[in-house]
Amino acid sequence: MANLTSTFAGIKSPNPFWLASAPPTDKAYNVVRAFKDGWGGVVWKTLGTDPPVVNVSGPRYGAIHSNDRRLIGLNNIELITDRPLEVNLREIKQVKRDWPDRALVVSLMVPCEEHYWKDILAKVEETEADGVELNFGCPHGMSERGMGSSVGQVPEYIEMVTRWCKQHSRMPVIVKLTPNITDIRYPARAAQAGGADAVSLINTISSIIGVDIDSFAPIPTIDGKGSHGGYCGPAVKPIALNMTAEIARDAQTRNLPISGIGGITTWRDAVEFMALGAGNVQVCTAAMTYGFRIVQEMISGLSDYMDKHDFETIDDIVGRAVGNVTDWQYLNLNYVAKAKIDQDLCIKCGRCHIACEDTSHQAITSMVDGIRHFEVIDAECVGCNLCVNVCPVDNCITMEQMVEGVDPRTGFAITDQYANWTTHKNNPMSKTFVPAEPAE
Amino acid sequence: MPTHVPDVASGRLSPDEYISNFLDIHPPLDRHQALVESDRCYFCYDAPCVQACPTSIDIPLFIRQILTDNPEGSAETILSQNILGGMCARVCPTETLCEEACVREAAEGKPVKIGLLQRYATDVLMEARDGEQPFARAEPTGKRVAVVGAGPAGLSAAHRLAMHGHDVVIYDAREKAGGLNEYGIAAYKTPDDFAQKEVDFILSIGGITIEHGKAIGRDISLSELRANYDAVFLGMGLAGVNALGLAGEELEGVADAVDYIADLRQAEDLGTLPVGARVVVVGGGMTAIDVAVQSKRLGAREVTVVYRRGQAKMGASEYEQDLAQTDGVLIRHNAKPSRLVTEAGRVTGIEFEETREEGGRLVGTGVVFTLPADTVFKAIGQTLVPAALNGSAETIALENGKIRVDEERRTTLPGVWAGGDCAATGEDLTVAAVADGRIAAESIHLALSTPSAAA
Repeated sequence: MANLTSTFAGIKSPNPFWLASAPPTDKAYNVVRAFKDGWGGVVWKTLGTDPPVVNVSGPRYGAIHSNDRRLIGLNNIELITDRPLEVNLREIKQVKRDWPDRALVVSLMVPCEEHYWKDILAKVEETEADGVELNFGCPHGMSERGMGSSVGQVPEYIEMVTRWCKQHSRMPVIVKLTPNITDIRYPARAAQAGGADAVSLINTISSIIGVDIDSFAPIPTIDGKGSHGGYCGPAVKPIALNMTAEIARDAQTRNLPISGIGGITTWRDAVEFMALGAGNVQVCTAAMTYGFRIVQEMISGLSDYMDKHDFETIDDIVGRAVGNVTDWQYLNLNYVAKAKIDQDLCIKCGRCHIACEDTSHQAITSMVDGIRHFEVIDAECVGCNLCVNVCPVDNCITMEQMVEGVDPRTGFAITDQYANWTTHKNNPMSKTFVPAEPAE
Repeated sequence: MPTHVPDVASGRLSPDEYISNFLDIHPPLDRHQALVESDRCYFCYDAPCVQACPTSIDIPLFIRQILTDNPEGSAETILSQNILGGMCARVCPTETLCEEACVREAAEGKPVKIGLLQRYATDVLMEARDGEQPFARAEPTGKRVAVVGAGPAGLSAAHRLAMHGHDVVIYDAREKAGGLNEYGIAAYKTPDDFAQKEVDFILSIGGITIEHGKAIGRDISLSELRANYDAVFLGMGLAGVNALGLAGEELEGVADAVDYIADLRQAEDLGTLPVGARVVVVGGGMTAIDVAVQSKRLGAREVTVVYRRGQAKMGASEYEQDLAQTDGVLIRHNAKPSRLVTEAGRVTGIEFEETREEGGRLVGTGVVFTLPADTVFKAIGQTLVPAALNGSAETIALENGKIRVDEERRTTLPGVWAGGDCAATGEDLTVAAVADGRIAAESIHLALSTPSAAA
């Protein structure tokens, strides 16, 4: 069996699955339940200054559902912990003492003045927690008070506060980043410059989950009004994957440990994040949807996957896909693929045809010799993959690479020579010009 | 052979058993179920289900409207093509129409439940608008159209004609409108008096009056209608019942399945309806199955359907056959009735001769068997009674015993259209009758709107 133990920013845990700082980690009661179910670690819900914040007593969440009410995206307007600091610290200390093999990291958010940070860091250190995570991510509520994402959106602040934390603590410092910025590399570089041991991302995305079109109020609605919240859950995963990869392949931050967060629901999601450079993962919405027990599927799924691929430790996965993430300009423009429809699997719904006909390249028939028949016209197919994506049948339509002959669409001979935009004849900036050969 | 004591009795079951035996056979979907089921539709291009629907309802569109929680808009999509969409949702053999064509039937043997979704949408609309329909009449045209028969074909034609601003008078032989929806379909397919609710819903458009108790050939004549109206639509169905052609057929113990079903549909209390302990049904169509299953559900002990050809030739859909067999009805194939067993002026059994097909022709093998029966139901088809149409005036042309019509449902008589079971248009289905009525109404409207082309 594969070895799932994880060491992230010097913090050890029996597996790479942590619960993210969020409602599920607000109390010892919840955290102990999570540990009993097998979670490798938790990031305790964000502590702030006393007196604690006050949360709304109305709806704090809103959701996007599929028609069978599968939860696709969740929106949250809950603030940081509303329990007294003293209570949280006492519980953290007790839980860490009772569960020494699990990672226990404490999330922090206090105003951007050095003394606040110095003060709270000393108190957390006293609990013997494994590390701290600086919450520069929450986009709602606390950001209006100059904390959370309003810090994470200013790289100079990130660097400054991170530096204070490193100065005033011996604990590993993880900086949690907000996705509500234009280029994630700048805050990551700032965290690194401030001495961060790692970054974690993404925090939630500013969002209005929906509008009640009868009462004309945003959802969730508190006494007729709504406020933007933070979006999370399966729907945000693609955004988080990209940001993870951007940091992992950035020349400056490529060695900075990343804790991947954003819609992770299954072991497969976790493997994807790790392949793009995440050293471990943090989960929240999936646990809030199904309960803590999902970690058992994650552990067994990851273990079976690693065995199948002969991966001994999770380091064999981490970063494995990073080298394959590139800029568009380096994609091989001589690579040609065509869609192919397996007629035995085709159920003749016609979605490929209408998608291609209405919105793409008119490259799929609907009728051949008077019979309902869907077939790709290679001379029109640009290989866009839309038909594959809209087809309801697994593997019915596949993209097949052309390895020889002539592309009937362009009339150019297929070549195995790599050529990208920087070398393309249509690019006025290209330095090396490699024209595709017109066919005989 | 000991004397057979006929056992025909009512009240074989407890009141609760009658209720549960005749409950809705397909319980309706609730909102959540409808949302989930509608999500299964692939919104096919040029959808096969639409092509399989005799009324060409835009099925992917109405399902998408359910998906977006707009069931009333969905119902409008359905009803604009098929004003009896509520009944068709209950009685259509969807397994041989839209649902057979559904690509998910091909993919996984589990078609989208189109019939139940259609029922959901139409139920919501009829409930939400308290029977008010979403269609309004055009400006009155001053034209008058006579419709013969208030069944699915006649109601469909009348509604479409009224919508176009014509005034319609329907003549119907029975006390209630609805035709086979009211008198013919199995009770468990349309409980809660739905047939009459739907009639009221259709009539609420206005401009339609119904003259009850008026049968063509008895109380009114076709020539009279042609003289008094701008157009005539014939949709009176099939009044005749095929006979077995055996001695003793008129005796007690032999009954027409359609009459029995009509009595059952009109019974205030099913417990008062007599049913034989041993029932034999002769026939292989929907009516045979309907009378067999209902007899069983009324408490008959043994019910046997005997069909003269093989299973594949049965008119009843496979689904209906399965339903009958699940209910404990025995279906025997390849046997034709050869003699009625009578005793003391009453039928007590029926003898069959086994058959086989030779080059498509049915021949008896000489092997006979006898089934004891308290009741023998004849369900071997209904026929048009042409005499009713033909007085002293010109005669209407027939085709295979039914009224010949063209694509627009025009008969050979100028100014006369026909549709439904009495017309030679294809399958005898409610939905096909509704399609006929609508198509004929559009043709009539066109004829009445273009005087030069009018009859």
